[in-house]
Amino acid sequence: MITLGFACLILAFALAIFAAVAALIGTRGDRRFVDSSRRAVYAFAALLTICVIIIEAAFARTDLSLQVVADHSSTTTPIFYRFTAMWSSQEGSLLLWAWVLSLTSSAVLFATRNKHRELAPWATAILMGLGTFFTGLMLFDANPFARLSPVPPEGVGLEPLLRHPAMAIHPPMLYTGYVFWAIPFAFAIAALITRRLDASWIRSTRRFALIAWLCLGVGILLGARWSYSELGWGGYWGWDPVENASLMPWLVGTAFLHSIMVQERRGMLRVWNVTLICMTFSLALLGTFLVRSGILESIHAFGESTVGGPLLVLIGVVIVGSTLLIVSRLPDLKSEKRIESLVSREAIFLVNNLLLVGLAAVIFWGTFFPLISELFTGSKASLAAPWFDRYTTPLAILLVLFTGIGPLFAWRRVSLGAARRLLAWPALAAVVVTGLLILLTDADSHPFALVMFALASFALAALVQEFAKGAAAYRSLKGGSYPRALAGLFARNRRRYGGYVVHAGIAILLIAVAASSSFQTSRDLRLRPGQSATVDHYTIKYAKPTAEISAPEQRLTFGAVLKVSKDGGPYATLYPSRNYYSGVGGGTPVTGGPGGGPIRSFFEGEATSEVGRKTTVSGDLWTSMIPDLGPLNPLINKSDRKLEQIGKGVSPKNMQAQQALGALQGLAVRNIEQQYLKDPPPATFRVNVNPLVTWIWVGGAIAVIGGLVAIWPAPEARRRRVSDVYAARLARELGRA
Amino acid sequence: MEIVLAVLIVAIVVWFVSVPLRRTKEQEAAATQRIEDPRVANLEAAKEAKYREIRDTELDREQGKLSQEDWTRQDAELRRDAVKILKELDEAKVDAGRGVPAER
Repeated sequence: MITLGFACLILAFALAIFAAVAALIGTRGDRRFVDSSRRAVYAFAALLTICVIIIEAAFARTDLSLQVVADHSSTTTPIFYRFTAMWSSQEGSLLLWAWVLSLTSSAVLFATRNKHRELAPWATAILMGLGTFFTGLMLFDANPFARLSPVPPEGVGLEPLLRHPAMAIHPPMLYTGYVFWAIPFAFAIAALITRRLDASWIRSTRRFALIAWLCLGVGILLGARWSYSELGWGGYWGWDPVENASLMPWLVGTAFLHSIMVQERRGMLRVWNVTLICMTFSLALLGTFLVRSGILESIHAFGESTVGGPLLVLIGVVIVGSTLLIVSRLPDLKSEKRIESLVSREAIFLVNNLLLVGLAAVIFWGTFFPLISELFTGSKASLAAPWFDRYTTPLAILLVLFTGIGPLFAWRRVSLGAARRLLAWPALAAVVVTGLLILLTDADSHPFALVMFALASFALAALVQEFAKGAAAYRSLKGGSYPRALAGLFARNRRRYGGYVVHAGIAILLIAVAASSSFQTSRDLRLRPGQSATVDHYTIKYAKPTAEISAPEQRLTFGAVLKVSKDGGPYATLYPSRNYYSGVGGGTPVTGGPGGGPIRSFFEGEATSEVGRKTTVSGDLWTSMIPDLGPLNPLINKSDRKLEQIGKGVSPKNMQAQQALGALQGLAVRNIEQQYLKDPPPATFRVNVNPLVTWIWVGGAIAVIGGLVAIWPAPEARRRRVSDVYAARLARELGRA
Repeated sequence: MEIVLAVLIVAIVVWFVSVPLRRTKEQEAAATQRIEDPRVANLEAAKEAKYREIRDTELDREQGKLSQEDWTRQDAELRRDAVKILKELDEAKVDAGRGVPAER
C-alpha cells in the first residue's frame, strides 16, 4: 500500500496545481474551469485522506520499512500512541497540515458553490497554492512514504514526552487552528484582488475564523495542561517560543473576530480587518515554522528540520504580497463611516484591538529576541519569563477592563448619563471584591494581581448585568419567564451571547492565572524515606520509594509515596514518579545509545515526570520528583560493562542470541529496580501550592462552550421567520403592506 | 495490484474533475443560472444585517443603553437605510431577470 500512498501524494500535488491554474482561468468568467477546480479540491481532499489512512495503518502494524514509522514508533509503542505518532514526525505533521487544509477548503468551497462568483475562483487559487506548497514540500523534502532498506529490526519509538493523552489531540487542534485561518485569509486576498471590499467575504468565512480561533484556543489549553502534568517543572506556561507561536495568532485572531463585527455593523475598519487577517495567517505559518524549524530552542519542538527554509520563503511571500496588495487598494478600503463617539461599542472594540495586537507585538519581540540579539551582537540572548510578565501583565489588565466595558455600551453612542448607570453596578462589584480581598486575604501584597481580581470581577459583574437586563428586555418585548427569556436571548443572537460566555470564561481563567502565579508557593526538598518537611500549611513525608518496570513500553519508573498532612490532620497521599526509557537517543534496547551502554541509555535520554497532585476548588498541591541516581551509578556501570562484553561476541544477525542478550538486559534492569527499593537514594521533590489553578481549566472549558454556542448556526427557519417579521413591519410602516 | 489501484484512482479523478469541462451549452447555462447574482446576494445580506441592527437597537433601548432620544434618531436612520436597501433589492432582482418582488 506504500506505493499506492505515494502515487496518491503525487496525484494530489498534480491536482493542487491543476485546481490553482483552473481557478485562475475561471477568474475570467469561464464557469467550467471554476467548477472543475472546485471538484479538483474535493479530489485533493479524498487523495490526502487515503494518504493519511495508509500512513496510520503503517503505524498501527509497525511497518518498519517506512522511515517515518521506524523513526517515530516501535513494536513496543502502545497502540494508542502509534496512531498519534504520525504528527510527532515532520513528514506526518506536514501531511496533517495539507490534509486539514484540503478538508476545510472543500468545506468552504462547497458552502459557497453557488455564491461569490468573483471571489471564489481567486480564493480557490490561493488555497490550492498553499496545497501545492505543502504537498510539494512532502514530495521533494519530507516524504512520508520514504522507505528504509534494509528494514531495521526495531524502531526508535515515540518520544517519551509525547506519550500523554493530551498529545493525541493537542497537535491536531493547533494545526487545525493554524490551517483554518487560511480560509478567511484566502477570501480577504480574493476581495482585495477583485476590489469587492464590502463585508461579503467576512460573512462567508466568519464561521471558519471562529473555528480556527476555537481550535487554536483548545490546542493552547491542552498544551498548557500537558506542560503542567508532564514536564515536571511545575507550571503551565513558560513563555516558550513554541507556546508563544501559538498564542500570537490567537491574540491577533481574537482582535480580528471583534473588529469584523465593526465592519459588518458600521462599515468601518476595512484596512484594519484585512491587515489583521493577513497578520493572523502569517503568524499561523510562523507557528508551524517555529515548531518545525528548530530555529529557537524549545521544550515543545521535537525534530530537526529541513523544511524551515521553504516555510520562511512562504511566510515572506505572504507578508510582502499581502502588504503590497493592501497598499495598492487603500483608496478602495476607505471606511463608509467614522466613529461617532468614544463612548460607544466600536470605540471600545478598537481599544481592545490595539491592546491585543500590542500584546502580540510584545510576545513577538520577546520570542525573537534571541535571533535579533544574535544579529546585532553575535550571541544569542534569551528573555525569560519575568521580562514577558513585566510587559504583558499591564496590557492584560487593561484588556480585562475594556472587555468588561465593551458589552455594556451600545453601538454608535451612549450618553454619559447612560454610561454612568451602566457602569455603576459592575464598578460597585469590583470595589466590594477588592475591599473583601484586602480585608480577608494578603492579596494587597501583589498589587497587579489585586487589580486583575478587581477588573475581572468588574467584567464578570458586567456580564451578569448584561444577561439580567437582556432577559428583562426580552420579557418586556415577548413575555414569558426569566429562564425562557434567557434561552430566547441565546437563540436570538448566539454570536453575541456565546461571545459573552467566552468573555466570562476568559475572565475566570485570568483570575486563576493571576492567583496561581502571584500566590504560588514553590519549594525544592531533598528527602530520604522517612524524612519530612513543611511547605505552607502542608507537612510532606517521604513514606517509601516505589519502582516499576513496564516491559511493553521499555520503561523503568522510580517513584515515591508521599503522605501529606494539613494543619496536623491527614490530607492526601501523593505518588510522584520519574520515568526512564530504554534506547532513547538513537540506540536500540540492546546496543544502547550514544550516551553510554544499554543500561546507562535509560538514564541519559529523555525522562518524563508523572506528577503527584491533589486538586481542590481552592487549588492544587503539586509534586514532582527527581531521584538521586548517584548511588546507583556503580551498579549501572558494572551492568553495562558485562552486557557489552557479552554483546561483542554476538552477531547482530543472530536473532536468538540478540533475544538472549535482551533478556539479560531485562535482568540487569530488574536488578537496579531491586537495588533502588532495597537501599533507596534521596530524591529531590518539587512541591508547589498553586492557588485556584483548577479554575484555569474550568475557565477554559467555559470559553470553549461559549465558542461553540457562537459557532452553532441558527436554524434557517428561525432566521427566515425573524427576517419576515421585520420585513412585514417595515413594509406596513411604509404603507406597502 | 497497487499499480492497478493507482491507475484506477487516476481514472476516477480525471473523470470526476473533467465533468464540468465536458458540459454542453445547455448544461453550462443551467449551471450559471444557479449562481447567485452578487449584487442581489450582497443586498440580501445587507437587508438581514439592517434588520438585525434595528432589532439590536430596540434591545439596547430596552436595556437602558440608549436614551429614548438617541433611539428615535438611530431607529429612523436605520429604517431609512433599510427602505433604501429594499428598493435597490427590487431593482437588482428585476435586473437579474428574476422579477420577484422584494417583499414577501
